[in-house]
Amino acid sequence: MVRLPYTTALTTLFSYGLLFVFGQLRDFFRKLLGWIRKPKDQLKGYAPICLGLEDFYVRRLYLRIQDCFGRPIASAPDSWFDVVERCSNDNNKTLHRTEKTSRCLNLGSYNYLGFAAADEYCTPRVIQSLKEYSASTCSTRVEGGTTKLHVELEELVARFVGKEAAILFGMGYVTNSALIPCIIGKGGLIISDSLNHNSIVNGARGSGATVRVFQHNTPSHLEEVLREQIAEGQPRTYRPWKKIIVIVEGIYSMEGELCKLPEIIAVCKKYKAYTYLDEAHSIGAVGKSGRGVCELLGVDPADVDIMMGTFTKSFGSCGGYIAASKEIIQYLKFSCPAHLYATSMSPPAVQQVISAIKVILGEDGSSRGAQKLARIRENSNFFRSELQKMGFEVLGDNDSPVMPIMLYNPAKIPAFSRECLQQNVAVVTVAFPATPLLLARARICISASHTREDLIKALEVISKVGDLIGVKYFPAEPPKHLNQGHNKLE
Amino acid sequence: MASGLMDVIANALNLITSAFDAPTGAIIFGVPIDGHLMLEALLVMVIVFQLTKKSHKPPKKPLTEKEIDELCDEWVPEPLTSDSTEETMIKPPTLESAAGPHVIVDGKDVVNFASANYLGLVGNKDVIDSCVGSLEKYGVGSCGPRTFYGTMDVHLDCEARIAKFIGMPDCALYSYGFCTIFSVIPAFSKKGDIIVADEGVHWAVQNGLDLSRSTVFYFKHNDMKSLEAILEKITSRIKEPEKVRRYIVVEAIYQNSGQIAPLNEMVRLKEKHKFRIILDESHSFGVLGNSGRGLAEYCGVPNEKIDIITAGMGNALATDGGLCTGSVGVVNHQRLMSSAYLFTASLPPYLASAAIGALEYLEANPSVLTKLRANIAFLLKELSDVSGLATVGHPLSPIIFLKLKKSTGSNKTDMHLLDSITNQVLKEHSVLIVTTKRSSLDKCPLPLGLRLFVSASHSESDLVKAAASLKKVAAVAFS
Repeated sequence: MVRLPYTTALTTLFSYGLLFVFGQLRDFFRKLLGWIRKPKDQLKGYAPICLGLEDFYVRRLYLRIQDCFGRPIASAPDSWFDVVERCSNDNNKTLHRTEKTSRCLNLGSYNYLGFAAADEYCTPRVIQSLKEYSASTCSTRVEGGTTKLHVELEELVARFVGKEAAILFGMGYVTNSALIPCIIGKGGLIISDSLNHNSIVNGARGSGATVRVFQHNTPSHLEEVLREQIAEGQPRTYRPWKKIIVIVEGIYSMEGELCKLPEIIAVCKKYKAYTYLDEAHSIGAVGKSGRGVCELLGVDPADVDIMMGTFTKSFGSCGGYIAASKEIIQYLKFSCPAHLYATSMSPPAVQQVISAIKVILGEDGSSRGAQKLARIRENSNFFRSELQKMGFEVLGDNDSPVMPIMLYNPAKIPAFSRECLQQNVAVVTVAFPATPLLLARARICISASHTREDLIKALEVISKVGDLIGVKYFPAEPPKHLNQGHNKLE
Repeated sequence: MASGLMDVIANALNLITSAFDAPTGAIIFGVPIDGHLMLEALLVMVIVFQLTKKSHKPPKKPLTEKEIDELCDEWVPEPLTSDSTEETMIKPPTLESAAGPHVIVDGKDVVNFASANYLGLVGNKDVIDSCVGSLEKYGVGSCGPRTFYGTMDVHLDCEARIAKFIGMPDCALYSYGFCTIFSVIPAFSKKGDIIVADEGVHWAVQNGLDLSRSTVFYFKHNDMKSLEAILEKITSRIKEPEKVRRYIVVEAIYQNSGQIAPLNEMVRLKEKHKFRIILDESHSFGVLGNSGRGLAEYCGVPNEKIDIITAGMGNALATDGGLCTGSVGVVNHQRLMSSAYLFTASLPPYLASAAIGALEYLEANPSVLTKLRANIAFLLKELSDVSGLATVGHPLSPIIFLKLKKSTGSNKTDMHLLDSITNQVLKEHSVLIVTTKRSSLDKCPLPLGLRLFVSASHSESDLVKAAASLKKVAAVAFS
């Protein structure tokens, strides 16, 4: 967990306070000018889309650093890509594209196994399926949208993950938000980790069940909450709960941490609660053969009731899946709205996933899959240990390809982002509301397509920028290890 | 004797009167206090004592660990899902080729009326070529959300192209058509706001209404009088109209009935009562209007009068993804507040290229719309005398909806009957048509029926075959 030193907390709060005061001053002048200028007649009588302070954060804080977010690119999101430069005439309120691009090292895209760009095995097959099935089936899965490819992929995913059956969805977000209302409703209890993704929160809200939260990754607190809730029963009526589902994620994308899965499964089994594991970031990226946190932490997939994952991150495609027992999947195929009403997944995207899984399993006849898995593990561990030695505060566990570097101060967010871009390294910085207000960070995603030279260049740039803006919160070790590592490679 | 008695009585009387007259009380600390005061003081003390004494409450005992253990052991959860029965085993047909007007199912060539391929763009060579170029340049996925290097120049080009086509200043592109509407509604309408929606909207809209936590009123399907009555009721009750956002949510062409929303009337009502319109044009974008711009063009309403237009691109444009346009303020607000825009990976670039290709095709060949309209009119005429089924729905709607003339009693038995008809039509006559499906979470009250999605690339023989086979099967089923 993050240890926030007092001086840093005070300076961060002071910075936000100052920004808030300036923002309020500007709002005051804006209101004054609004009285002087007449309001447009068309909007008279209508309530404005944003009332009062609802978009204060956006207008006064986010817009100042808008150029750090939403940067367009002009090539595939591979290990090196072309970032389009943007310019602004009105102090960042609106940004315009220019024709210029700069080639930068990509430390921001979710490209864990390097399938993002054209691949020698996958792309010819994808183009073949595009010519055969066209870009879309224009129909839902239950009507005329199921092709041979969809059936093949469902069986392949079930085999890969280690469950009996699987069902596909066209988008990862929809998988969570349209599935949770299907399996639990009013009278049920959902206990979810406090740092779960927005799609899970939306799905839990839409289901009508009661939602309780347990402290992030703390199995003992989960046990406390479970005991308390089972003993008390439903609120106001005190009747026993119909069912309890515990929702956790494999890798938490803002922390880079792995879930404490064996302990949580043990607690859930003891209290007869169902478990739902969201492996969006961990499927394909961790584990000896890429099968996710279950393989890495030694948990039998049969112990997890429902396993969910997405194809966007490690497989370079789009869409999501749910893998569970045959009965659950059959029930979902009958009643899940996303299966009955939504357009089916695009056939070329399905083919991309099939080819990617075959490469990972080695069924394409080469050992590229095993090489990629070994490379991402080496790259992540190397990068993380180097950053920690330099004195950065890096979160996350070993083997996880996501590493957040803590920045804290709001001024350091644009400074880090812009300085790195000037030196041709593209990083992702995250602030409120994706993270708590005081804990802004820069998040690095390592890929199997990064070479050792790429990583060393990245480390140099990040170290220089870190010194410049002062984010090395811990004492650094002496730098002799970098040359040694370089020599070993040669 | 009498005098003795008199003496006793006189003595007693003397005693009683002297007792009354006797000075009661005492002298305490030199202050004389009367006796009745002492009695009153005693009474007051008793009252105070009773008031201050706590009432007897049984003490609160929290559950002991052992009791909690027992409760946990006793508790038995329901199974996660109910057991599957015969009817839940849906087996949809598996396609073995592209979903064009003819498709191969189980090795047989089948006429396809199940794909919403209105403009016949599935299999179009130019679109496929531009997709291949995109695949080779960008790969398949975009590997990131819009804010973190997931925005590609293709996305920006696509947004600009769509905005130019519709005639709005800007457009936001979503990565999946289904989630567009249920992410847009909560971004604009929050707790305390008011929404008036048609009762026949599809599940994604219903989910959006639930997630927004606003107060929702439903009006009768496509009935403007019912809408007007509800609007009047709301406007008369609002105290501070400038603080409460109000929306009307409708679909242009309803998936569940094939009706078209009367936009002119709705705009008049909206301006009178100061509501905003959210219009879902999934099945009318690229279909209605002289150049395919949608319901606004068809009804002759200028675009500025409709506040928010959303559409899924998985229908006429034969690609995937969704779009949402409106004024500049509306689109900018979404880019920061809409969950399905922010927290999910962006649209795969080749699908954005397909969308651009589709729009270029539509602009270059507006005659495809006349062909589509002719096909719809022809098929409607052919299906006007099917036994047991009636065509409801607007004559311009590319979804031809046939509902049962007489319901068999419950939704389940209706579904059974309709399924048997479609299965027979597929097996014996090789025509693929579909029934409306209802999820258990769907609250739509409209009746079930059969749906045929007409495409501009259907030939006349396809339409004749479909109508003839349906008539034959229905004659047997309803005899």
